[in-house]
This record gives sequence, C-alpha cells and structure tokens, in this order.
Amino acid sequence: MSTELGLAIRRKSATPASSTGIRRDTVEIAKVVDIDLCIGCKACEVACKEWNDLPAEETSNFGSYQSHPDLTASTWDLMRFKEVELGDGDIAWLIRKDSCLHCSDPGCLAACPAPGAIVQYTNGIVNFDQTKCIGCQYCVAGCPFDIPRFDQKTKKVYKCTLCVDRVSASLEPACVKSCPTGAIKFGGKAEMVNYAAGKVDKLKKRGFDHAMLYDPSGVGGLHMMYVVPRGDRLGDYGLPSDPQVPGTFFSALSVLRKLGSISVWGGLLATGIFYLRTGRRRPPPEDEAVAEAERLGHQAVADAERERHESALSGDGPGGAGPAANGPAANGPAGSGPAATGPGQPTGPEVER
Amino acid sequence: MASLAASFGRGAMTNHWRDFKNSDVILVIGANPAENHPCGWKWAHVGRDERGTQIIHVDPRFTRTSAIADVYAPIRAGADIAFFGGLINYVLQNKLYHEDYVKLHTNAAFIVASGYQFNDGLFSGYDEAKRTYDPATWDYERVAPTAPGAGGQPAGSSGGAEALGPAAGAPSGGTQSPVAGGTPAGGAAPAAPVAYAKTDPTLQDPRSVFQLMKAHYARYTPEKVSEITGMPVEKFTDIAKRFGATGTPDKVGNVVYAVGLTHHTTGVQIIRGIGLLQLLLGNVGRPGGGVNAERGHANIQGNTDNAVSWEIFPGYLAVPKPGMNTMADYMAKVPAKASAPNAVNYFGTNYKKFMVSMLKAWYGDAAQPDNDFRYSWLPKPGKNSSWLTIHDEARNGTLDGLFAAGMSGLNIGPDSKRMSDSMGKLKWLVVMDPLPTATSEFWRAPGVDPKKINTEVFFFPATHWIEKDGSFVNSGRWAQWKWKVLDAPGQVKDDNWILGQLFLRLKALYAKEGGTLPDPILNLKWDYAKPENPSLDEIAQEINGFDLATGKRVSSFATLKDDGTTSAGNWLYSGSYPPEGNLMQRRGTSDPTGLGYFHDWAWSWPANRRILYNRASADANGQPWDRTRPGIRWNGTAWVGDIPDFPATSPPAEGKGSFIMTGEGVARLFAPGALTSDGPFPEHYEPMESPVHNAMSKVQNDPAVFLYKDAKDTFAAVDSEFPYVATTYRVTEHEHYVTQNVPYLVEAMPDFFVELPVELAEKKGITNGGKVKVRSKRGEVIGIALVTKRMRPLKVAGKTVYQVGIPVHWHFAGGKDTDPAAGKFRTTPEMANILTPYVGDANVRTPEFKGFLVDVEKA
Amino acid sequence: MTRRDFFKASAAGGAAVAWGSFGFDLRPAYAETTQLKISRANEVRTVCPYCAVGCSMIAYRIGDNALNVKPTLVHIEGDPDSPVNGGTLCPKGASTMQLALAQNRELRPRVRRAGSTEWVDIEWDKALDELARHMKDSRDKKTVLKDAAGLEVNRNEGFGFVGGATITSEEGYLTAKFFRALGCVYLEQQARV
Repeated sequence: MSTELGLAIRRKSATPASSTGIRRDTVEIAKVVDIDLCIGCKACEVACKEWNDLPAEETSNFGSYQSHPDLTASTWDLMRFKEVELGDGDIAWLIRKDSCLHCSDPGCLAACPAPGAIVQYTNGIVNFDQTKCIGCQYCVAGCPFDIPRFDQKTKKVYKCTLCVDRVSASLEPACVKSCPTGAIKFGGKAEMVNYAAGKVDKLKKRGFDHAMLYDPSGVGGLHMMYVVPRGDRLGDYGLPSDPQVPGTFFSALSVLRKLGSISVWGGLLATGIFYLRTGRRRPPPEDEAVAEAERLGHQAVADAERERHESALSGDGPGGAGPAANGPAANGPAGSGPAATGPGQPTGPEVER
Repeated sequence: MASLAASFGRGAMTNHWRDFKNSDVILVIGANPAENHPCGWKWAHVGRDERGTQIIHVDPRFTRTSAIADVYAPIRAGADIAFFGGLINYVLQNKLYHEDYVKLHTNAAFIVASGYQFNDGLFSGYDEAKRTYDPATWDYERVAPTAPGAGGQPAGSSGGAEALGPAAGAPSGGTQSPVAGGTPAGGAAPAAPVAYAKTDPTLQDPRSVFQLMKAHYARYTPEKVSEITGMPVEKFTDIAKRFGATGTPDKVGNVVYAVGLTHHTTGVQIIRGIGLLQLLLGNVGRPGGGVNAERGHANIQGNTDNAVSWEIFPGYLAVPKPGMNTMADYMAKVPAKASAPNAVNYFGTNYKKFMVSMLKAWYGDAAQPDNDFRYSWLPKPGKNSSWLTIHDEARNGTLDGLFAAGMSGLNIGPDSKRMSDSMGKLKWLVVMDPLPTATSEFWRAPGVDPKKINTEVFFFPATHWIEKDGSFVNSGRWAQWKWKVLDAPGQVKDDNWILGQLFLRLKALYAKEGGTLPDPILNLKWDYAKPENPSLDEIAQEINGFDLATGKRVSSFATLKDDGTTSAGNWLYSGSYPPEGNLMQRRGTSDPTGLGYFHDWAWSWPANRRILYNRASADANGQPWDRTRPGIRWNGTAWVGDIPDFPATSPPAEGKGSFIMTGEGVARLFAPGALTSDGPFPEHYEPMESPVHNAMSKVQNDPAVFLYKDAKDTFAAVDSEFPYVATTYRVTEHEHYVTQNVPYLVEAMPDFFVELPVELAEKKGITNGGKVKVRSKRGEVIGIALVTKRMRPLKVAGKTVYQVGIPVHWHFAGGKDTDPAAGKFRTTPEMANILTPYVGDANVRTPEFKGFLVDVEKA
Repeated sequence: MTRRDFFKASAAGGAAVAWGSFGFDLRPAYAETTQLKISRANEVRTVCPYCAVGCSMIAYRIGDNALNVKPTLVHIEGDPDSPVNGGTLCPKGASTMQLALAQNRELRPRVRRAGSTEWVDIEWDKALDELARHMKDSRDKKTVLKDAAGLEVNRNEGFGFVGGATITSEEGYLTAKFFRALGCVYLEQQARV
C-alpha cells in the first residue's frame, strides 16, 4: 500500500477527451470487502461520516439493526442487514457494506451531462465534483448499483469519494482504516484480486461452496469488490448478479468525438440519459427528457432513442437493464463476472433486520 | 473476579487480545465480542484465516458474533453451568482430558476430607436459616508435613517468582533464596503450620478431586444438558467434540466470556466451570488458551487492581474483617498457607511486604513498625458492602451521601425504580461526570416529583479522558499511558483536583475542629507538588513505589520489604515505573517470537508477563506442550519466552508448583474452604426467576444467595404471569449510556428496541417495527419490536421457552429528542434495568441482569 | 443550475463553446480533492475511553503554539503501531471526537437543592466548602470506632463512592486512598455490575 498514488484522470463526465494522456499510468487501486470478516459493526459507516464531516441524520429504528433504510446524500456508506433461513434450521445474518463500487465503466459518469462533474481517475476512483454538478440526477439513474443520492437542499448529488483526499496523500480510505477486523482491504487492484482468490479458496475449504469474488465484468470490474461467502445468495446481499452499463452511451460518445458539436453532444446526452433511465427501478422523468430533447430540435435522435426505449421495455426486466449486447462492457472477459444465479437487481428495500 | 482467583490465584483475563490468533478453537459464551470488543476480536479472525481457528458461539441470542461463527448454538439464559457441567462430563467420559497436564498442574490428585459431601443440590455445611454454608468440610485430607525444610512455611523462593524486571529479562539477585518469607522481621507470619494435603498421583482414590469431580458431573449427560439449556443434543455434542479436541498437547482452546456469564446469581460458579473445563483440557497458561474475561470499560481492570472496590486494597490485598485487630492477626488469617510441599505460594509468602509498603505509601512517616504501620486505621467492614448493599443502605436511610463518578446507578440498576427510591433517601449526592446522566437528573425523571425529593444533588463537571494523561489498563492487563490532548473547557476540573480540594478542606476542618478519628486524615501522605491537584505522573510513581532509603523508585515488587523501608501504593504495579522511566509509555513494536507478546509495548502486570500461569504451558521437563506455541521453556539455566510466571531460574527438576499464587502450588479443580460461598464444584441452579424447575436437584436457586429486604417479593415464580426469559446486553454502536451524547452513534442505532422471536410476536400480535411493552414484576418498558428469527424458541424440559432481548443503552436523559440541560427528557420508559431483579451472585453479589422473567404485549 | 437550465445551456453551447469542442478541460484536475484536513495537525497519542480492548488512538490537533488560537481537535483515528488494534477503531472509537467535543457538556458546577425543581449554578469554592462540611458531619457522626462486639473497626458508614471504570488508574488509586483514609467501606466500581 505504499505505492505512490496519483490522480491522473482517465475520463470526465460530458467531456469527450479521456485520459490526460502524457502522465504515466498510476496504479489502479481497489478495496475488497471480505464479507467473511465483516462483523457489521458500522465502524466504516461512522468513520466515513467523521472523516468527510457529514452531518448525523435523524434516524429511527424500523425493526432492524440497519441504521438507515437506504443510502442518503450524507450517508455514503451503509451496512445492510438481512436474515435468511438456510433450510437446515440454521439461519444466516447477511451483512453488507453498501457504498460506491467505483466501477471501471461507471454508469454514473456515462450518464452525467455536466462537464467534469464526475471524474474517473486512472487509479480507479470515481469522484463527484459538486461544484460542477447541475443536480439533474442522471447519474442516479445511470448507476447499476443505485448508489448516488440527491440532496434536496443543495440540489447536488453525493456519494463515496473513496476518500480521494486520503488516497492522494497515500493514506487508506477512512472506512478501510477503521474496519476493526480488517474486512475492508485496500491496495492495488491486482493485489486485492489476488487476496480475494486466496480467501475464496479458504472459504471453499470451510464449506462455503459458492464463495466468490464479486467483480462483475458488465461494469468493467470494480474498485470496491466483495468476497462473498454465500455467492449463491447475491440477491439476498442486494448485489445484482450481472450489472451492466449500457453501451449505447459510450458508442454515442465516440460518434460525438467525430461530430465535435456541443449541441449534438448535448442532445445525445439527453437521449442517452433518457435511455439509461428506463428500466431503472425509480420511475425516471423520461417523458420530460424526451420533451426536452424534442424541444431542442433533435427529433431524429429522440426518435431513435424512443425506439430503443421500447425495445428495452420489452427486455429482461430490471436486471438486464439494457440491450447489453450493444455495450462494449458486455464483451468483457468471460468468466470474471459472477454466475447469474440471482434474481438480478434488488427490487427495493426489503424488510431488513 | 473471585471465580478466577478461586481457580488460579488471580482474578484477571489469563491471556490477552492479540493472543486470540494462537487458538485452535475459540468458544465464545455469554459474550458478544464481534459487537462489544470488535478491535480485540479481530485476532480471532486472523487466527481463522492463518491457522484455521474454529469459532463457536453459544448465546441466548444469535448476534453479530454468531453471524461470523463457524458454529452457533442457542442456550437458555442462566443455564450455563449445565452446559459446562455437560462439557466437563463429556471430556471426562470420553477421556479427552490432557492427563499429563491435569496431573502436573492441577489439584486433581489431592484427596478431599471425608466430611465433604454433596447431596441433591446441597454441599455439606449448609445452614438453611442463615442461607449460608460453613465451608469447614470443604477441605483436603491433611497429613503432617514431611518435605525437607517444611515447617511453618514450605521451602520456597521468596522473590524469585516475581523478580524479573520487566525490561531486564534476567533474574535479579538472590532470587533463589531458600529462606521462606524473606526477612527475619517476619515476612511470614508466625502462623500455625498448615498440614499438607494428601495426594494420590494415580488419581484413582475415590476421594481424590479427580474422582469426586467425575462423579459430580456424571449427572450432566448430554440429554440432561439439553433438557436444561434448550440446546439440541446434537448441537451440544458437536460443540463438545470440537472443543474437547483441544485436550491434546498440540491443540489449544480458548474460552472467551463477558458479563453474559457473570451477571447471574451463579456467576462465579459459571466461571469456575470454565476453569475446570480449561484445566482438564490443559488449556490454561498456554498461548491460544486461557479463560478470557472481556472487560467492558476502559479502565475497569486498572481500577479493580487499584481497588475502587469494597473488599480489597490495591493489589488485591484483602480488606480486613472485624477481629483482625492487628497486623499479626491479619497476617495469620488472610494470606494463603502452603498446602503442598512444592508450592511457591508467592502471594501468601510475601503478603506482608506488600501490605506494609502500601501503608507506607498512604501514611508515610506516620507508619512505623512500632505502631503496626497504622494498620489499625484501616476500616474493617462488618458485612458485604458492595453495590447492592450500598444502595440498600441508602434505601434504608442509613447512608447520608454518595459520590457517583462516571457511573450512573439509575441506568445500571438493578430495579431502577428501587435505585431511584434509594437515591431519593440520600441527604446528598455528588455526580462527577463530563455530561449529564440519568443519575444526575434522577430527581426530575419522568414520573418523579422533584418537590418530594430532598436529596441535595451536586453536579461537578469533570474532565474527559482526552483532557488528561494517565493510564488505562485493558482487559489483557496492559497498562497503556495516554497523553493529554485538550485543555478542559469552561470550569471543568480533573477528578484529582476535586479530590485534592476536598482533602485539603477536610484536613483543615479536622485540624481546626477535631472530630472523630482525625488522625488518618491529618497523617495521610499527601505531599504532592500540587496538593490541590496531584499530578498523575506523581501518583504513577507512588503506585510503583520507592526504596525509602535511597529515594529511588523500585524496579520490581521483589525488592519490597516488610520493615517499612519501601513504599508501594500497589505492589502489583511495582516495576511499571522503575528508575529508567514510565514503562506504560512504551510503544515498541517488536514481536520476536511472533506469538504476539509485544513486551516493549506499554507494560502489563505482573512484571510485564503477557500470559498468566505460563509455567503450565510446559511439561514436567520444562518443554512446551506444543513446540509451535511455547509460552515459556527451560533452556537449561533459565525459563525463556514470555516473562516467566514462575521462579526464573528454578529448574524443572526442582518440581516447584506451577501456579505460584495458590497455596496448593497448582490450579484448583476443587476450590476448598472459603474461596467460594456456595460450593467447591460448580452446580447448576436456576436463576432467581426461571420458567422451569431445576432439573438437576430439588434446590431451585443457589442456596447461598443473599436476599435483600423486600426484594424477594419482587421476584416472579415458575409458571407465573411472567412466562418469558429476558436478558439484557449492549450493541456495538453504543457504550452504556454516555454514547447517547454522540450524534453519529445515535444515528447508527437510534432507538430503544426489544428483540423477540417471530413465533412469540405472532402469538401476541406484535409486528416488526411496531411497539412492544415488556413487563416484569418490577416495572415496564416500551420499545420498538425487532421481530427476528435470530431469537429462537427453545425446548426446555418439554416446554417451549421464548427469550426476549433488551439492550441497555437508552434512558430519558440523553439521545434523540432530549436536552438534559433544559430538562427536556423522553417520557417513554426505556431503561432496561427497570425490569431487572434486585439480587446478586452468591459470592460477589453481581446482579442477575442476564436472566429474569417478563411478559410482553403489543403497545 | 437545474436540469432544465442545462438543456438550455447545452443548446446555447452549440454556438459558443467555452472550452472547445474536442479539447481537454485544462482547469485543475484536482478541484475535487479537498485538502487533507490533518496535513498540518500535530499528533497526540491517546487510548480509547470506551471498552477494555484498549485501542490506541491518535488525536490530530491543530493550532499548537499559535498566538491567540486555541488548539483544536480535528480528527481521531486508530494508532497503526498498536499490537492491540493495529490502527482500527469500532464505530464508538471512530466517533470519539464527537464525545470529546460533546455539545451538551456541562461547563459549570451546579447544585440542585433539596425539594427544588431546578439546577442552580454554584461557585466551585462554595460547592466544595459545602460538600466538605457534609462529609465531615457525616463522618463524625457515622464513623464506628468499635462494633457491637467491641472490636476496633474504625469504619465510616456515612457515605460512599461509586465509579472509577472510566477514570485512569492513577485517579482510581488516589480515590481509593482518599476514601479509605476517610474510613469508607462503601467503595465500588463498575467491575461489580
């Protein structure tokens, strides 16, 4: 972990140019949450708040050990609790740290129309710059893991920064630092994948036949991965079995580069986002988006997108949120993603205890 | 921890947090370390990943510890002795015990006198009218001393055992002095010789401890255990097999517990049960083993050591009883006498040196040999004066005043209503705390009419930990110095400042006016640089002690004298602050053995030893039972490894007893005499409130439990209107009551809740997230219902028993929707201890918070 | 900027692009990274005040040696050197800064008189004088020199002390010494309960 961490940029939202180029590549960093070690103590949750000076929110016990029903604009890290029966009379209490997974192909960034509001560094961190955020919430829709949260007061969207300030000073993120059992590991991505592989082997020896590393290829891999002891229960953990970032948008971006017109680009964005918002569990204001696009005179694009929208609606449900085959992400290395055994994306906050 | 002292000689966690990584199997029972000691608990996970440590969790509730355990088994709250009795029986019946260890390091071979009997739940010597035992028959069969050199005291080393300077790693001079008792001035009191116990090394004698134990626990069959505990037979036998497998020399098992076991009327005997099991399996004194009590507060260990406790002075020196008129009386009656020719009996032999050195620290020049070092000034309580008694005295109107410093009795209970009544009878109450507490506000608590409370209450704002230096001693006995970070705000003052101010005022008043027994006050050694606010560094030096002739700090308790030429506030900490400096400040990170001793990090008592009783980690030849995990090892000239808990250069061939703090020289499977109030072997009794009759004997409750005035009327009987078993506990997001002042923690776990089984909730129409009212015979609370499969109905003696969990952290004077300064409180009753019974353990009167009866209804 | 405004802006952008159609955004790429809040802080070693694991912590304090500035605590995290906690902290330890800086801290001594419905502020000197008087009166009256059997016991049954699990060993020792010198027998701490 002593590797020097840089902040060279890989890509920015609504910005055609990608890498800052001339800088040497920095080490890709990652967290891996070893659920076998996690005791659900919420140290990460509290340490995140303390380090980031996030305000305490008023919460109420809703029949659960879970502090908040869901992530919020000032709770970027949430321990989710769920009891499941194992069939033999025993039960398991599945506990998962939920926070931004810092996808390699971040749906939020792809969806973001505000130039530079979302930045992906070459080290893998995906960060939001609220000074540039326009509050459109497309990132919320674009995220396959339902992470970013809109704040009504500031009209901005917030999420885990992977403690970019700490990481850039060669400190581990606050959640990692705090974690009492060392369940949240931090280091180079390769190193973390290697750790996870070793741990999965150990878990299998302990009888967890479905133990796995969660690092789905549909989003190009993650910079916060999980070692999941009960890999056959991804849905119970609230992890989509095969998350995707629709490829349309990236294709559009490449077209955009050729066109080079901000107005076209803006329209494409609108439609791309419109597309992205469909199939998400929260009803998106897509009608509005289409109307906007139309009003802006991009009728042709809008039509095309409406077509795609319709095809998406007849698709495989929320888990397969888009025509995955179109996306470059879907062509990622086979076998590195999780087995698609779960029901797909969670269908909303279940009764969690 | 009387239970541990009764078994091993000292009352403390035997090992330490980091050592958990060295275990093969960890049995966690009556504790929830993943929630309540997360950062110490990590080492169990490290063990599991590195060496395959198995984690077993036994608890009434499926907790966050259960969630990561390899095996979880439910148990009815308060049925723990049945469980341990069953394990002991399983280990004995299946010959899983570590025979060589048992023979070498325990009193298994000792012969018990014929007067000792056990019959249908009662040991010999019971007086039903007084509800007490006369322990005279609980003794060994004695034979006249025959060992060479044996007389009044056995041949033993005076200083050797405790002689190692923490830093030196080498014995100091004269450690092998054969002179028992040290100085001619009377290191050993001229007590009548105690005859040694008769032994049978083959363990075959039917009156041997081993055979008596075997007979006692033969009744604890797996079926019986299941009938009492509600744990399915197959779960029990699975655990018995797994943990029993640590009885081989190359395996080590660790039992981790906390107040889930001690908060019972049988608490001391439950822990004795662990002791027996661990001794049989050969797991005490070894890395990865031990009986590991998890303390719950930052310095609960340090201030037990330093004797903020009614029955001891610093360093576990017993408070004298009436009739011990002189130091000689005290020395004749209190220190242990050797029961075996090879016993080192370090504590018993050196007791007077420690007592005299303490009196010199307290009374300075006024303490002289010709005035018995002012022994007579020491108060001699006439009866148990513990927590329950103190508040009972207040309730009876005999106590005028009480200081409550960082401790809120109203929340702590038991029976908060009764506690409130007690406080309302005081003339004055002083609350020393950084923050308002339920106790400081008791006079205007919801439902209390302030006009009817005539207690004068002072609130003294005291410094937080971060506003002063000084040491905290963790559960593993590591004394860690901390440094002051912030100045105290406003008019906030140090506890020491308050004590200093009061002392100077009282001294002036006594000097001016005279009064009752002014001398102990007028002569108290208080020559601190700033008497109005003694510095913690100065006190740390006083605790360590001085050679009064040279004025130099002592390096070890081995150099303390009983002639008044040394002082030591607490002999156990002699060596913590030697001439070279304050070792509690050390932060060295080397761990050459890889076993996690970290001898250069801070300082641990005694003498920087990290694992107590570590002589037992080796065999008769001084070689480790397990070469991969040596505790100490005889290298031909000295014991090396951890700091030896043994005479450092006494060769194995000399055959000295491995447990230097006991008169037997070995650990006690059978605890003779007055070491306990309720029997030499742990026996199952039901909690004071239980849903079932005792299936082991006709004796329902521990027969030696003390019953406070009127309390018995507040206990529910079997088959009463209160059919459900309740237990109380903490959650990881809170620490007692103070964290209601921490917004992030209130956010993380906001509201008072009650955990109850799905089946019970269905029966009562209670829904998850709705409200539930819990009633006991003493009061009621209302909280949010957390309906969960983690609380399982148990089959106990053919009955379905439901258990209900009630966390302790909530109260009216803190947390959501409160502003204590403005008198804004929550009005819904939420203090768990409103429900708990006013009764304590038969030995130490620790209240029975962890098993009592309630009813529940939808609220 | 609302989302609607954005669309307007992007439409306008077709005509006038501030930063070029294809170019890089050359504004500092680091705008998103805040300054490390502990970068100018001094470190002080302390120990967690909660349970008995004994986690070492580092307190980060800024403003040392600055004129007219009161040193401020900005952050607390685990001490990575510690063989006990290895730099980690549980949720309680991770939020100790909020305990140290608790908003509802009492900053003045107060007294609530018998039968009164409220607290009133009191000067330290006055409070201590009053209390010392209470203590002496109680001790003088309730110290038993000889018990019913005529045995010398020298015990003060007038008042007691409970507490001590949260103060340092040095304070605990001084407490025991002080109250025992007053002859107290009612002396307890959290270890019992």
